[in-house]
Amino acid sequence: MDDFSLDDQVARWRTAITAHRAISSDDADELEGHLRERIDALEAAGLAPDEAFLIGVKRIGAVDDLSREFALEHSDRLWKHLLEPRTTSTGRRTILTAAGFAALAALLAKVPALLDSDAGAQAFGGGLVSVSNAVALVLAALGGYFAVTRRAPIAAWASAALAGAVLVAAVNLYPFSPDGMTLPLAVAHAPVALWLLAGIVFAAGPWRSTATRMDFIRFTGEWFVYYVLIALGGAVLIGLTIGLFAAIDVDATRVAQEWILPCGAAGAVIVAAWLVDAKQAVIENIAPVLTRAFTPLFTALMIALIAVGLLQGGLDTVDRNLLILFDVTLLVVLGLLLYSMSARDPLAPAGWFDRLQVVLLVSALTVDLIVLIAMLARIGEYGFSANKTASLGLNLILLGNLVGAAALQTRFALGRIPFATVERWQTAYLPVYLAWAAVVVLMFPPLFAYA
Amino acid sequence: MRIGKDLVAATATPLVLGILAEGDNYGYAILQRVNDLSHGELEWSDGMLYPLLHRLERLGHVESSWHASPTGRPRKHYRLSRSGQAAFAEQRRQWSVVSAALARVWDDRGPGAALALGGA
Repeated sequence: MDDFSLDDQVARWRTAITAHRAISSDDADELEGHLRERIDALEAAGLAPDEAFLIGVKRIGAVDDLSREFALEHSDRLWKHLLEPRTTSTGRRTILTAAGFAALAALLAKVPALLDSDAGAQAFGGGLVSVSNAVALVLAALGGYFAVTRRAPIAAWASAALAGAVLVAAVNLYPFSPDGMTLPLAVAHAPVALWLLAGIVFAAGPWRSTATRMDFIRFTGEWFVYYVLIALGGAVLIGLTIGLFAAIDVDATRVAQEWILPCGAAGAVIVAAWLVDAKQAVIENIAPVLTRAFTPLFTALMIALIAVGLLQGGLDTVDRNLLILFDVTLLVVLGLLLYSMSARDPLAPAGWFDRLQVVLLVSALTVDLIVLIAMLARIGEYGFSANKTASLGLNLILLGNLVGAAALQTRFALGRIPFATVERWQTAYLPVYLAWAAVVVLMFPPLFAYA
Repeated sequence: MRIGKDLVAATATPLVLGILAEGDNYGYAILQRVNDLSHGELEWSDGMLYPLLHRLERLGHVESSWHASPTGRPRKHYRLSRSGQAAFAEQRRQWSVVSAALARVWDDRGPGAALALGGA
């Protein structure tokens, strides 16, 4: 066997045994170490690597027997408790670090609102710029959390901090006109850029490596799931609190809106990040199920959008709200695609799910083309404005991504290229998003005269 | 020689406790030691050792910690705890009683014992 790779085979064996919920990843580490020692000993005795692997795996035992033995011993694992008591000192230190940064984020979220002069206009007690600053500060706290827990080198977090400071300074110092669109555009695009800069700190050094970028994409998807879970719990909590206080004739809505909500939302950012690291085994079971459930639904939605787009009349008179809806759906589909990619075992061969993703990609591509044509028609009629240009740029970027992704995914589904190539396309595209977001924040306002 | 499943299972705990009483150890080395001690007669399935170690850990008889192996891979080491030493002493007592009784049964047989063992 000339293509035999020991690491790949061991990784696949490991995936097989951890598929059984009775075997935790620590146990899998132990068993894998054992297997590798057995293989080393057999190779030293003169066996070829693939023979040693076969014998080693047989010695360890069939996966079913193994997991049955483990299940007998660890019957509590079959229902994963979210909070296992971690009494080791490193576990405690991680929890304290996360709690500290969460408290810091909660505090920082309120600072811009408290310093803002025209408070009271917006929902969280501050103007649009102070909301943007609050988000930036919370993301800076997240970057700090990454720097500490992942031991990022100085070059990583210093450059990210500098770039982030430049973006925040631009949002604060540019003389935006109060009714213009450049300020909302900058405020909407800045968090994207800041999140990707936090990703540079997350990488803690090898920010060019495909594997590290894929790790960050996986982290983002899982963070989002945990954040939604926490947000739902928080919403119930706030609702009950307001109701309880209303029962004794105390109006708690203002306190809830201006304090509990922003501080809770900020702290939850760090808590969700900690949960992704601490409870990896839990989400590993949810992610593939989520992506498999949502991909067919979104494919159907895309096809419906195409039908609507083509049936509602000429493409040059498309309703503006419909265009916004199309764009939002495209972004969600891209997120779903990236998440499925990160949750997939890179060594598994192409299956029905990958073929379905080809359909999803092609339909998303068609929707993007529809939006682009409509966009160009509107620009032709009304001229360039900040809003239209931003939308045009975003759609062009998505077009580039989707064309490449669709072509590569088709070739992968036909078995011509390995999955790693598909991954590499997406991870290589990440800097494009960062560059575009930075352009919208830094260069659009001067270009469009801050209107 | 094929040793019965029940006997292998019964001797697993005292063997592991005894090996750990000799010093700290890790899974693969424990298996090697069992092989050495029994001159190759006792062959445990590798994967059955670990649930046993985890059960002993749950009972509090052993404690585990992660160390780096010479190759750099993380490796889980086990050592006997205080209650583990007490459990090992108890197992020794029980097995001494049993093996003494068996030895007496074989000795009492006299010449018949030699026949049963396949001697001349």
